[in-house]
Amino acid sequence: MSATAHVQGDGHAPDHSKRDFLKLVAASGAAIGVGSLAWPLIDSMNPSGDVLALSSVEFDLAPVPLGQAVTVVWRGKPVFVRHRTPDEIKTAEAVKLSELGDPQRDSDRVKAGHEQWLVVVGICTHLGCVPLGNKSTDPRGDFGGWFCPCHGSQYDVSGRMRHGPAPANLAVPPYAFMSDTRIKIG
Amino acid sequence: MVGLHKSEFKNPVINWVDTRLPLFTMMTKEYGVFPTPKNFNYFWNFGALAMINLMIMIVTGIFLAMNYNASTAGAFDSVERIVRDVNYGWLLRYVHANGASMFFIVVYIHMFRGLYYGSYKKPRELLWMIGVVILLLMMATAFMGYVLPWGQMSYWGATVITNLFSAIPVVGDYIVTLLWGGFSVDNPTLNRFFSLHYLMPFVITGVVFLHVVALHITGSNNPLGIEPKSSQDTLPFHPYYTIKDSVGMCVYLMVFAALVFFAPDYLGHADNYTPANPLVTPAHIVPEWYFLPFYAILRSVPSKLGGVIMMFGSIAILFVLPWLDTSPVRSAKFRPIYRQLMYVFVVVCITLGVAGGKPPEGIWVVIGRVCTAYYFLHFLVILPLLGKLEKPLPLPESIANPVLTPIGGGPLPGGAMAKPMEKM
Repeated sequence: MSATAHVQGDGHAPDHSKRDFLKLVAASGAAIGVGSLAWPLIDSMNPSGDVLALSSVEFDLAPVPLGQAVTVVWRGKPVFVRHRTPDEIKTAEAVKLSELGDPQRDSDRVKAGHEQWLVVVGICTHLGCVPLGNKSTDPRGDFGGWFCPCHGSQYDVSGRMRHGPAPANLAVPPYAFMSDTRIKIG
Repeated sequence: MVGLHKSEFKNPVINWVDTRLPLFTMMTKEYGVFPTPKNFNYFWNFGALAMINLMIMIVTGIFLAMNYNASTAGAFDSVERIVRDVNYGWLLRYVHANGASMFFIVVYIHMFRGLYYGSYKKPRELLWMIGVVILLLMMATAFMGYVLPWGQMSYWGATVITNLFSAIPVVGDYIVTLLWGGFSVDNPTLNRFFSLHYLMPFVITGVVFLHVVALHITGSNNPLGIEPKSSQDTLPFHPYYTIKDSVGMCVYLMVFAALVFFAPDYLGHADNYTPANPLVTPAHIVPEWYFLPFYAILRSVPSKLGGVIMMFGSIAILFVLPWLDTSPVRSAKFRPIYRQLMYVFVVVCITLGVAGGKPPEGIWVVIGRVCTAYYFLHFLVILPLLGKLEKPLPLPESIANPVLTPIGGGPLPGGAMAKPMEKM
């Protein structure tokens, strides 16, 4: 049997193309097999069903009076919900973009028709401390928003960075109004 | 520089690594060109399958351990969380659980091959004994693993088996307290079982390495039981047995997949879906199927200590098997009486397994005792005598010439002379 494999009447080099093709197909099959085995293992490390179920949180806005702010826990992080006064809204909207380190209009950071509600993630964009300013007794910095005690970053009533080492505005999480008095974050 | 290994590889990167740590040379020697008997049948696939199975168990086990909670308060719920909430957690859990059963199926067949073809005989006695060590480690690992889900069977199986050690005279109770870390199977026991269950597979891996090294020193046995005499009798491991092992692996994976995807709880026990309750004993405490024969032996002996000794003895006897079997012929192929008695032995082992699963009442007690007696009779009486009394069939010339020519010439050509093996 083995003697016939390389009989070539015309003296050309043995044709290995079939063997090469088979090797390629076998190797590809093995690679696909290994990949399909690897994906479930890796995906099992992604957030599981119960973690995802806790990934959004609903919050009732009614108990938050004008001028006050509360902290809501969402995905293990603090979220500041601030009920802004009309003066604060006017101040925030009047700020020129050229004055801002991270230019962003106030209207882009709130929902239309609900400008009195500011929802931002309460983590300083510098190195991650939780800024002060929710309580009316807290220092709020020179811009009436929040003051981070760690390295002195200051945010305004739109949560935008105005002073200090922070590179960006306070993040706005995905949220939606389920009714005038109820929001769902995440 | 004088003693440095001279690597044969052409690729400069591989050559650089191989000169300093000859892994590539080792792999080529041990799994590439290694001369392997050319007459292997599919029974010889099971060692490779066992290694694959071990790797599957370690990988799934590591990912399961990322989500498992080893406390009595959280264990059961953490397993349910894995099955329901963790992405592909159901797959991890059922591959791991059925993988344990597959591991024992593969290893029992692997051992049967050893018994049938005399793979435990000189010069492979130590290879066999290392294998028995692996079996013991596997049994310890499987026992502890089964406790982890903390179901009723987990708890009560652990209680029964740990209580056995109290049969040891004088120090028995102290040993049991030490094992438990308390006054019954409880949180300390569960925690240490988790730690040891994570550890043992790596101990197994080390002993498997020794097992393969020992094998490569003596070379493999083969269905004829006669040693290869020349290169006519062997083939390089790659590609012949890499491919044959791949075929076997596909069949093995199909059986494995059938269990995991179509009958994931078939080999398990429904009682283990009830959380452990130390105040309620299940009607019938049974271990997993792969321990049933040993369980039957344990229960066959009316004395507690006697049962423990016989149960451990049934495995200890395997250690001395190379010296119990006196036959100079290796393979059952040429031992007509031994061959038939091997089938009887297999039937006895299976019957012991069935008996182990039944409540110890009525006819099953008798059957269990008869089979236990026969099990020990096989090793202690039959094997030593058979070697002396049996007339074996004539052995063939070599692996390449497995069929003897009739005297004076016959229809067969004078031994099917193989052409010189083609260089790959």
